[in-house]
Amino acid sequence: MQEIPLTQLLFVSTFLFFIGMYGLFTRRNLITMLMSIELMLNSVNINFVAFNKYLFPNNLDGLFFTLFIITIAAAEAAVAIAIIINLYRSHNSIDVEDATEMKY
Amino acid sequence: MNISSILFYAISALILGGGILAVTSVKIFRAAIWLLFSLIGIAALYFWMQVEFIAAIQIVVYVGGIVVLIIFSIFLTQHSGKEMNSPTLSKKIFSALAALFGTAFVHKLIVHYDGFTYLSALPFNSNVAEIGTQMLSTTSHGFILPFEVVSMLLLAAMIGCIVIAMRPKNEIKNNSINNIENN
Repeated sequence: MQEIPLTQLLFVSTFLFFIGMYGLFTRRNLITMLMSIELMLNSVNINFVAFNKYLFPNNLDGLFFTLFIITIAAAEAAVAIAIIINLYRSHNSIDVEDATEMKY
Repeated sequence: MNISSILFYAISALILGGGILAVTSVKIFRAAIWLLFSLIGIAALYFWMQVEFIAAIQIVVYVGGIVVLIIFSIFLTQHSGKEMNSPTLSKKIFSALAALFGTAFVHKLIVHYDGFTYLSALPFNSNVAEIGTQMLSTTSHGFILPFEVVSMLLLAAMIGCIVIAMRPKNEIKNNSINNIENN
């Protein structure tokens, strides 16, 4: 695996991050926006593991960051879906354009 | 070009293709399935980097947990066969331009940065015993404090989800009264 330099892994995670950003900009549906955020979090995880493996193989800090990011992403997804279902119950829609009560 | 690099490019193609289809697909259920493929590809990338524990966690938490949760919420809130409203063309163009500009910028930064000092001569020991020992150790490289804090966070998130998604009590009462009257 030494044929693949670190930069190639960084390119993959960069592309994945900006794919997620494109989705976050274009989608108007809360669930698909949440999916885009998951993609962005995953690209960050790839970065942490790759840096740990290639540059600092003597300790495991990157792996622990990845583990904690995965945990927090799971908690975030659960809370977000609870909010989405509650929003659907009151507005009958999960489109961000329909939830404008708190817009100034 | 050996088998390892071919594998890397195949996995990257799976991740990026799945990601692109997940953000552009017009049917929401298909978008969730493409997201599933992308996340499986990321788990495969972890296997390729020989961090098996993270790959297993990725499969258990993302593929088995978050995507299933997303699919459930799609079933609860959407007509999954219906096509979503496509964004306007100008919004698509400007978002694509922003993403492309960001990609080009970071790409240029990575290509021109040459300060990486590779220590690949050292062994990379990421077996589960090592991770477990460090996770619960209280020495300078231990992660016991974040471990405890994140467990509190999970508890708070669990209680918060229940409280947010719980229907208010009087609403339940009204609904049951309505049901009885309907019957």
